[in-house]
Amino acid sequence: MDLMEKLTILADSAKYDVACTSSGVNRGKSADASGMGSATACGICHTFSADGRCVSLLKVLMSNMCVYDCKYCVNRVTNDVPRAAFTPRELADLTIDFYRRNYIEGLFVSSGVIINPNHTTELLIKCLEILRFEYGFRGYIHAKSIPGTEPALVTRLGLLADRMSVNIELPSESSLQTLAPNKTKQAILAPMGQIHRQIGENKSELVKYRYAPKFTPAGQSTQMIVGASPETDYKILNLTENLYKKYQLKRVFFSAYIPVVQHTLLPSLETKPPLLREHRLYQADWLLRFYHFSAAEILSEETPNFNPYLDPKCNWAIHNMHLFPVEINAAPYEMLLRVPGIGVKSAQRIVAARRAGRLDAMALKRIGVVLKRAQYFITCNGKGNAALHATRENTVRALIDPAAYSVGVQQLSLFDTQIQLPVEEAVKCLATAM
Amino acid sequence: MSGDSNVVYTYDGSFEGFLTCIYESFYNRENPVDIVPEYLCQPTLYVEKYIASQPQKAQRVYISIQEKISVQAQTMVRLGFLTCLPQKELCMLLYLRLGYKVGSKLTNMLGNARVSCLHGAVKSMQNEAHLLKGFIRFQEYSGVLVAVISPKNFVLPLLSQHFATRYPNESFLIYDDTNHMALVYQNNKTKIVEIEKLTLPPVDAQEANYAALWQQFYKTIAIQARNNPRCQRGHMPKRYWKNMTEMQTESRLSGRDTEKMIQAGGKTI
Repeated sequence: MDLMEKLTILADSAKYDVACTSSGVNRGKSADASGMGSATACGICHTFSADGRCVSLLKVLMSNMCVYDCKYCVNRVTNDVPRAAFTPRELADLTIDFYRRNYIEGLFVSSGVIINPNHTTELLIKCLEILRFEYGFRGYIHAKSIPGTEPALVTRLGLLADRMSVNIELPSESSLQTLAPNKTKQAILAPMGQIHRQIGENKSELVKYRYAPKFTPAGQSTQMIVGASPETDYKILNLTENLYKKYQLKRVFFSAYIPVVQHTLLPSLETKPPLLREHRLYQADWLLRFYHFSAAEILSEETPNFNPYLDPKCNWAIHNMHLFPVEINAAPYEMLLRVPGIGVKSAQRIVAARRAGRLDAMALKRIGVVLKRAQYFITCNGKGNAALHATRENTVRALIDPAAYSVGVQQLSLFDTQIQLPVEEAVKCLATAM
Repeated sequence: MSGDSNVVYTYDGSFEGFLTCIYESFYNRENPVDIVPEYLCQPTLYVEKYIASQPQKAQRVYISIQEKISVQAQTMVRLGFLTCLPQKELCMLLYLRLGYKVGSKLTNMLGNARVSCLHGAVKSMQNEAHLLKGFIRFQEYSGVLVAVISPKNFVLPLLSQHFATRYPNESFLIYDDTNHMALVYQNNKTKIVEIEKLTLPPVDAQEANYAALWQQFYKTIAIQARNNPRCQRGHMPKRYWKNMTEMQTESRLSGRDTEKMIQAGGKTI
């Protein structure tokens, strides 16, 4: 089998892995300027594929041969697909040749389980050792930890990679039992806990010894499939919040389930991927990480699912109208962040700009704040926009998320098919709920 | 400020020359209606006044920006000079006039039109440079890596450090075909030189093979069920595509490099 064929099979098998970020670590050239490569904390996207996703890393599997039989996965042992495997050297060479041409920022390597988890991890380690020690590669490496691998091997892998991830796969243990019978919650959380612990230990070592080897300096991430099992958004968001708190993950990724397999336990093959739901989960994830929100503020037991027409922040705002309008020249940073239409950048710029003088609506525009939605929730120098007819209906109309109509609300959930309301009806419906 | 305003300053197009214009404008109490590089100057009804570049005067202005305004303002002017902002010289003169009046709070006055205009242009240039750090594609020609870019702004100075750190042991050349300049890195040294035209020989079989592997990877990694060309264009505007290996059809890839010779030369800046 030639390299082209292998690359095609192994990239195809890896494409459902979500994470392709290259962020979290800064690294320049080595002291003696040997080797090749660097890493930038903000991450660099090298291209965008036809589905609009960023391609930053060479994302491939070491091998798509797998002894496991996870129902939702293309590579499960019972599926009849072409199989291939890179040798560690082949993959290392390909990475270097792509990297030299600035095609990629580094390598994302995962693998099907060959023989057993330990053997698979040893192959990954071999490949990373060639890259790091033979080529002196200083670019980004994201390695998957294979559930069930011995802790000592996880440690070795962690010392070579910048970021590690253990996929949590499904949002609850019962779903895991039904759909991924070879994986247990314990087998997934154990390496996650180990990596978390070792990152902590490594930090204190680095304080004592400046040249202590770094253990996954860009932290760890995880991903779960949304829409293959019946969990509510509230449950998923709570799980996400707990993962951030307990394991200090850098990212939790969600992947809308795309039916690749016909199975009685899974949604049918015709089902569209729940893209809007995935989009809402990412919006909520951003609120948790950058906007000082808690999961309980976004969803609750009573409303366990996202509003299809409004993004989570707007939804929160119209249910908390007593807190608005806020005065742009006086409101604390945390409150500015909660105004629909004002993001982190805008809020930071407002805070910087108002040190130099009071701001009016014109100044806000020049700063780059988009007022379409924000104008209903703010005052400048005590004055709102006089030309604005701020009825409930108008407010809601400005807030309605165009994605609800471009992606389609039907895609919010697989299990209860929603009927899409025309804009005006949706506006009325939401305005009465305010 | 009093004085004759019906004057257009022309200068040699260098940063030093521009700073000398600032000096003259203050020293002569003049408000020029425009400041343009000599080679771009079109005949107008205004009086043209050529300002010869003078290192001492330029240095005085440069230091005074840091002392009387702030380091950030100095950076803004340095970067602003590289942008494609229309009438950037005049914008920066107005920016500095305001700066000398209000002092260090200048860079916080984002609501002010003079400030937001320059800051916006710089932000957009930095954004372009950041995107290019990812979108640049090298092709190997007998050991030398060569890339072509067509940016709106003069971004080469913003790219040099990044790529020199990334490929410390390589030799590479990044050609900017908008500004006809090239960033050359060899033996741990970077320099930016003027190159009128760069024509490249066809790539060898090995290079074409890597390009094909990359194109195949790019095609394979996309998930059909999630196809979203609008999102793709939003993140990666079409104007970058013509220099990106994966966005070429096979015929264009080799077609681009029909002529021969690298015509390098000219002055170093």
